[in-house]
Amino acid sequence: MALAGLGLLLFLLPLASLVVRAPWGQVGQELLAPETATALGLSIFCSVTATAIALVLGIPLAFVLSRTAGTLRRVLRALTTLPMVLPPVVGGVALLLAFGRRGLLGGPLYQLFGVQIPFTTTAAVIAETFVAMPFLVIAIEGGLRALDQRYEEAARALGASSWKVFARVTLPLLRPAIFSGAVLCWARALGEFGATITFAGNLPGRTQTVPLAVYIALESKPEGAIVLSLVLVAVSLAILIGLRDRWLGEP
Amino acid sequence: MSLHATINVERNGFALSVDMTVFDGETVAVLGPNGAGKTTLLRALAGLVRITGHVELDGDVFDDSATDRHVPTEERQVGLVFQDHVLFPHMTVLQNVAFGLRRDGERIASAWLERAGLGDKINALPSQLSGGQAQRVALLRTLVTEPRLLLLDEPLSALDVSIRAEVRRDLARQLAAFKGIRILVTHDPLEAIALADRLVVLEGGKIVQSGSPIEVTAKPRSRFVADLAGVNLLRGRGRGDHIELDNGATIAAPGAGEDDVFAVIHPHAVALYRAKPEGTPRNVWPARVEDLDLHAERVRVRLGGPVPLVAEVTTSAVRDLHLEPGTDAWVAVKATEISVYPA
Repeated sequence: MALAGLGLLLFLLPLASLVVRAPWGQVGQELLAPETATALGLSIFCSVTATAIALVLGIPLAFVLSRTAGTLRRVLRALTTLPMVLPPVVGGVALLLAFGRRGLLGGPLYQLFGVQIPFTTTAAVIAETFVAMPFLVIAIEGGLRALDQRYEEAARALGASSWKVFARVTLPLLRPAIFSGAVLCWARALGEFGATITFAGNLPGRTQTVPLAVYIALESKPEGAIVLSLVLVAVSLAILIGLRDRWLGEP
Repeated sequence: MSLHATINVERNGFALSVDMTVFDGETVAVLGPNGAGKTTLLRALAGLVRITGHVELDGDVFDDSATDRHVPTEERQVGLVFQDHVLFPHMTVLQNVAFGLRRDGERIASAWLERAGLGDKINALPSQLSGGQAQRVALLRTLVTEPRLLLLDEPLSALDVSIRAEVRRDLARQLAAFKGIRILVTHDPLEAIALADRLVVLEGGKIVQSGSPIEVTAKPRSRFVADLAGVNLLRGRGRGDHIELDNGATIAAPGAGEDDVFAVIHPHAVALYRAKPEGTPRNVWPARVEDLDLHAERVRVRLGGPVPLVAEVTTSAVRDLHLEPGTDAWVAVKATEISVYPA
């Protein structure tokens, strides 16, 4: 009992401190401060873009995963889930080695086209996609595996082409899984820190997203850090409440 | 129009090996116990399972493993109605029925639904339908596409027993209106006999018997069919005027021949006594009552002993003979009551 209480306290105390120490009188003012507003806007842009990319790439990937078996499936699964367990800073280093000016892909890109990815908004989006897409893939793959294949068989028996089966039967039946996968993915992208600061740097207006801004502001302007932290807490809570039937409800 | 199918499927140690021909306008019921391979057979005909063999409808080759030909399900124009209907849960009834249509889908679908008396359910979701309505919508969804071959998997088994008879009559009407070949799979003999012109009995992945319902039940060739016809089926070798059963017992039966034979004994031809009967019957065995099963005015008595049989006697006989599970009794069957035919 006591240990459980201690455990709960570990969660509660920091959150409560945030609320207690928040400069409530100047929340509006802090949120509208130019650097804060810039970080918020950039965060929303990057996380939404990352989620969109994850949807476009992740849904087909989830399909491939759900339709393979055996060793291939284990390998593919390990590859897609790796970013979930990898320390984000390691992901950032790996991204630098791939897309950096001397990277495997970044090198030729820079030499042939003069394109430079690191320390740009593009890099921030790539870092967020890298870290967050697995959440989407896993959720959708789970949805696909749980899907009764006979719906697709019935559609085919009615003469539907593969595309029609996908668009009119599979995708709509998968909507709940896609939705929760996208929300999870977006939340993870919004909170991304390690890979972003390593691969994209910390340039206000270009790569400084809210988590980075919080970290920087903590030294110079603690009130701003607290307000931005509260914004992230509020978003997390909103997501938990929005998806409560899926996670917080009775099994 | 006719369907020729030679189908071999092997999966997880189960082998389905079927050779069948069905003619235009015929309704064939594939009947068999659970696990006999009935659903696999339907899925193979629909192209959902790859087979070794050959499937041909009106000269169009659907499958031919020799030339590696396999026409995918969506190009076969076969109608497949699933056991629990599999209506698309996110579409209305109208959208479900219109799904397989290309042009004018919703107009045609709503006309069919009106005609079927489901006009008021057009905008309902499948979850709002009763079992019988869902069954009818599933059948309509398939029929509007005018399939060349209609395949029904256990069409009534998902339904409540209380409405089954009504839906069965409805289904019989709709099947009669469909002009092509109809194949339905079922484990319910009543459903098979009520709906089909011909029965194909499938057991352990093989066809054990085929013919009209009357032919099949008159001369069962398997325990499953004997049970559904309610008769005793014995198998043995003919020895002129008697049959040597597989378990070593013999029964007298004139004209038994010298080959492997089936012998059918109707339960009402099995007489029971407490003491060994004297007189004419040559087939007399001791037996022990295993259980009693009341059917209206008659009681079916399952008997163990050298020749396991079911006897059907009156309730008063049960009283007079004090029959109950465990009772020792004597069984007599007149030789002339045993019908014998080659195995």
